[in-house]
Amino acid sequence: MKYAIINRMDMGRWFDSLKDRGKIYGPKKKESAYVFRPIQEFEEMSLKYIPTILPPKKYYFPQKEFLLKFKINPFSTGKAIREFEEFILFGVHTCDIAGIQCMDVVFNEKPADPNYLNRKEKMTIIGLECMDYCDKYASCAAVGTHVYKGGYDIMLTDLGDEYAIHINSEKGDKLVTGKKYIREMNAKDKEKLNKAFEEKLKKFNNEFDGDMERIDKAFEKGFFSPVWKDLGARCVGCTNCTAVCPTCYCFDVVDEVSLNLNDGDRYRVWNYCQMDDFAKVSTGEDFRAGRDARQRHRYYRKFKYSVQKYNKYFCTGCGRCTRTCMAKISLVETINQLLSGKEAK
Amino acid sequence: MKYDQAFQEILSASPYRPMKAKIVKANKVTEHEKFFRIELEGKKELGHLPGQFVQASLFGYGEAPISICSSSTQKEYFDLTVRKLGTVTSALHKLESGDTIGIRGPFGNGFPLDKMLGNNILIVAGGLGIVPLRSLIQYILDKRKDFGEVQILLGCKTPKDMLFGDEIASWQKRADIKFNCTVDKADPDWKGNVGLITSLIPGVTIRPKQTYAVVVGPPIMYKFVILEFLKKEIPARQIIVSLERKMKCGLGKCGHCQIRNVYVCQCGPVFTFEQLREMEGECHEGECHV
Repeated sequence: MKYAIINRMDMGRWFDSLKDRGKIYGPKKKESAYVFRPIQEFEEMSLKYIPTILPPKKYYFPQKEFLLKFKINPFSTGKAIREFEEFILFGVHTCDIAGIQCMDVVFNEKPADPNYLNRKEKMTIIGLECMDYCDKYASCAAVGTHVYKGGYDIMLTDLGDEYAIHINSEKGDKLVTGKKYIREMNAKDKEKLNKAFEEKLKKFNNEFDGDMERIDKAFEKGFFSPVWKDLGARCVGCTNCTAVCPTCYCFDVVDEVSLNLNDGDRYRVWNYCQMDDFAKVSTGEDFRAGRDARQRHRYYRKFKYSVQKYNKYFCTGCGRCTRTCMAKISLVETINQLLSGKEAK
Repeated sequence: MKYDQAFQEILSASPYRPMKAKIVKANKVTEHEKFFRIELEGKKELGHLPGQFVQASLFGYGEAPISICSSSTQKEYFDLTVRKLGTVTSALHKLESGDTIGIRGPFGNGFPLDKMLGNNILIVAGGLGIVPLRSLIQYILDKRKDFGEVQILLGCKTPKDMLFGDEIASWQKRADIKFNCTVDKADPDWKGNVGLITSLIPGVTIRPKQTYAVVVGPPIMYKFVILEFLKKEIPARQIIVSLERKMKCGLGKCGHCQIRNVYVCQCGPVFTFEQLREMEGECHEGECHV
């Protein structure tokens, strides 16, 4: 089975059947925003949601990840995590799946990261296709993440009374086979899915004033562009943009000693290139002083360096950095200003 | 699914786990610097190259990237010289011979020995720059026949700040290398040169095309030393520097040491001036705005 169909009425039933596979995390409403949270009942979830405050990254690249247990005297080291838990991410948008694919490349690159890879091994991704823009901040069409391109176990597409299921892995297959209420997709369903897809594509258009080829060129010659000075003047250095980004993976490593002053943990915590001491060394030399240089670094890490290194844009177009910015810095506007080659306001 | 053995090994072995090591010698060598000789548990070989660094790990304090200052020709132990500056290095300074520390590494690329072989070598060390350069100088002296003419220029603030005094005295006596040093500020006992390190370079005679010029020192020094190298017509790809950055993980992941798209902990810390020029705008102004 590659494609299947499930009736909307049966989603709760199916969701219940997933519970014994591991903890399930899904999107949930929180005040005026959405968050990924552990989900007990299908009805708790809001499957019509704009990107959550934090991406599901917090489950496969936790904000605080234990790396090592240690004893100071006598010197000894041990595994921080004995066993990683199975879990399911339910209802992940394609932009966030693209984010996971970016992280995969980074942490698979040698020297590979065992913590990430272990968590990834235990993760099942059930994606949810967006049939329209979430809001005005997204730029997924420009980077092509509005359509699904692998990286999930199951993809759900809302077809009204039914959901189309695309099964993309053995793991995914196990979640749907043997369920009487899930049937194989027939020609008529397939036609319906294709039509929905065509209708969807009409709604998505490149959000930037130029195609990615032009953006590549703009970044190639834009390192000394006045756009960055302008961003630096507006940025307040709160680091929100990097905190919410699904492809930001910088971290700091911290030791914590327990009350007996001998046992302890070494863990990593999310750390942001937008922090003013991020590249500062103990001699006092700051190798990326200035918010302009730091903002430029963020943009180049999304649109240039990652392309040079991994042949991938590390912007997934989710729009989180724009939504969260206290200084109202917009990613789309910044890219467009860079494209125009003109000085920003 | 990647369930092969190699993948299983990656899943179970952590690159964050430091090796146990013993300090076999600890000497305070200047007001701010302390020298450590270190043996890995079981006298295991570190297997480093001159110019690489380790993460010195002190549980409860953290890790600090420290240049290895002994040659890879010395296999039973390795040396670190640590300036007391931050949390970890201050805690390191309290350690004595017999104490245990953690070591991760070696990390980084090291000096391009393959290319330097058979060529003339001009080494310029400023201040703490002599620390990573000592690994290279010792290597060259141990394999002296593999290199052409060797000249070493050393500069420091005052005679009191000079590291490896006894060793330097022995370099001065050798007939097969040329050695010269200078201090920014002399004291009454000082009989040598006084002035900036750049003042020594014009007096050096070299054949630029057959010379590798290596400079390590504080960022601001690079600008002026590299200018002197360029005046001598040493090609940019034969000018070699080692950069200081905030290496944290050593694995090319955490982002702290990044210059443009380069992770210094993996692709550096040794770069040619040719490479530095491509990083313009992200380097320290001394490093590449020549």
